[in-house]
Amino acid sequence: MIELVRLTKSFGKQLVLNDLNLKIPAGKITAVIGPSGEGKSVLLKHMIGLMKPDNGKVMVDGEDITWMGRSQLNRVRERFGMLFQGVALFDSMTVFENVAFPLEEKTRLSRDEIRDRVHEALEHVGLKDVDEKYPDQLSGGMKKRVGLARALLLKPDIILFDEPTTGLDPIICNAMHRLIKETQERFGFTAVIVTHEVPSIFEICDYVAMLFRGRIQMRGTPEEIRGSEDPVLRQFITGELEGPLQFV
Amino acid sequence: MSSLFSYLGRPAVSVLREMGRMVLFLFYALWMLFRAPGKPIPILKQIKFIGAKSFFVIFLTAAFTGMVLGLQGYYTLTKTGTEGMLGSVVALSLIRELGPVLAALMVTGRAGSAITAEIGIMRITEQIDALETMALEPFKYLMSPKILAALVALPLLCSIFDVVGIAGGYLVGVKMMGLNPGAYINGMEKSVEWKDVYSGLVKSVSFGFIISWVCCYKGFYTTRGAEGVSRSTTDAVVMSSVLILIWDYFLTSVMM
Ligand SMILES: Nc1ncnc2c1ncn2[C@@H]1O[C@H](COP(=O)(O)OP(=O)(O)OP(=O)(O)O)[C@@H](O)[C@H]1O
Ligand SMILES: [Mg+2]
Repeated sequence: MIELVRLTKSFGKQLVLNDLNLKIPAGKITAVIGPSGEGKSVLLKHMIGLMKPDNGKVMVDGEDITWMGRSQLNRVRERFGMLFQGVALFDSMTVFENVAFPLEEKTRLSRDEIRDRVHEALEHVGLKDVDEKYPDQLSGGMKKRVGLARALLLKPDIILFDEPTTGLDPIICNAMHRLIKETQERFGFTAVIVTHEVPSIFEICDYVAMLFRGRIQMRGTPEEIRGSEDPVLRQFITGELEGPLQFV
Repeated sequence: MSSLFSYLGRPAVSVLREMGRMVLFLFYALWMLFRAPGKPIPILKQIKFIGAKSFFVIFLTAAFTGMVLGLQGYYTLTKTGTEGMLGSVVALSLIRELGPVLAALMVTGRAGSAITAEIGIMRITEQIDALETMALEPFKYLMSPKILAALVALPLLCSIFDVVGIAGGYLVGVKMMGLNPGAYINGMEKSVEWKDVYSGLVKSVSFGFIISWVCCYKGFYTTRGAEGVSRSTTDAVVMSSVLILIWDYFLTSVMM
C-alpha cells in the first residue's frame, strides 16, 4: 500500500500539491484523473522518491521513503516499475536493448532466456520486428508500448503508469487497458494509472482519485465517481465547457 | 542596506551552493568509482571515444605545435648562438607543459563537450530518472566508465602528443633550418629527466580527472531543454579549460 500523508509541494511560488492525502490500496488498480497541469505527474514522481515534498511524507507498505538514503531507497525501488509520460526510453539503445536492459542488469538469465522474454513482452503489447529500431524511429504510440513492455517485464509489485495510452488509437488504447488489467489480475501488482481516458478507464480500475487544486477532490470506486453529484467531477467527466473548471 | 546585501549576497550564495554541489558530486563519483566501476565493455567504448577518436586532432595539434616551437626556438636561440639547445627546448616544453595541457584542452573541446551533451540530454528526457526508478545507479552506467576512460586516455594521448611534437620540432629544426641532427637528439637526451616525464604524466592524469568530473557534473545538472543543454556544454568546456590551466600552474609550482 502506498500512503501519501499531507503532501505539499511547490515550485517557486506555484503551489502544486497542497496538503494532499491519498491511500493507494495494494493489489488494486487506482486511476488518478484530473485536469492537465494539476500535478498528476508530480504526484507520481513523489511515490517513487524522484521528487521530494516540501512537507508531508510518502509511505510504502508502512515504510517512510521520503528522506530515505540511497541504498535503502533503491531497495524499495526494486519493487517498482514506472512508465514515464515521455516514456524515457534510452535513445542510444535499440528497442530490444531497451527492454532487455533491466533484465540484463538485474537477473542472471541467459541470453536466450532474455531474448525470449523480451520478444514475449513486445508481442504482448502488439509489437513485432522492431528489435533493431531506435526509439526515434518509432511513432509516439509505439514508444509508449515499448515503455509499457519495459515496465511490465520485471513483474514488479507496484507499477506507476503516467498516461500509458495517451497518443494511442482507440483500439490499441482498449487493448492496452485490457493488457494492464489482465497482467494485473495474473500477478496481483498494485497499479497507479495517471490517465485522461475518461470514462474508458472506469472499465478496468478499482478506484478513481480526482486531483484538483492540489488535493484529492474525491476518491471512490468508478460507480461512486460516476454517480457523484460533485460539480467539478461531473464537469470533468462529461467534458463540458461551462462549470467550475475554467478553461483559460 | 538590506537590498545591497541581497544584491551581493544572492549571487555569492548561488556560487557557494554550486561549488558545494560540485564537491559533493566529486566525492560521490569517487565513491562510486570504487564501488561500481562499471562493466569492461562500456569502459572500453569510452576509451575508444575519448582516446582513440581524439587521435587525429591530437596528432595535428601536436605536429604544428612542435613545428612552431622549432621555428620560434630556432629564432630565439640563434640570437645567443645556442641553437644547439633546440632539441632540449622543444622536448622539455612539450613534455613538461604543452603536451599535457594542449592535449587536455583538445580533449575538452572534442570529448568533454560531447560527454556533457550526452548526459544533459539524458537528464532532460528523464532517462536518468528512468535509471533511478529501476534502482540502477546512474553513476555506475554514466559517470564511472567516462571517468575511468579519461584517466586512461589522457596520459596516452599526452604521450602521443609529446612524440609527435618532438618529431615536428625535428622536422623544422633539422630538415628545414639545417641543424645538426645529432645535436638535436643529444641535447634532448641529456636534458630530459625521468622526473620531467613523470610530472607530465601526473598532470595529464589529473587533467583527465578534471575533464570528466566537470563535464559529467554539468551534464548531470542540466535543466530546461535544448537551451539548457547548450548552456551546460559551454559552461563545461569553459570551466574545465580554466580549471586545467589553474591546476597546471599549481602542479608545476609544486613539482618544480
Ligand atoms: N520540475 C519542475 N519545475 C517547475 N515546475 C514544475 C516542474 N514539474 C512540474 N512543474 C509544474 O507543476 C505543475 C504540475 O505539473 P504536472 O506535470 O504534474 O502536470 P500533470 O497533471 O501531469 O499534467 P498533464 O496531464 O498535462 O501531464 C505544472 O504547472 C508544472 O508547470
Ligand atoms: Mg503529466
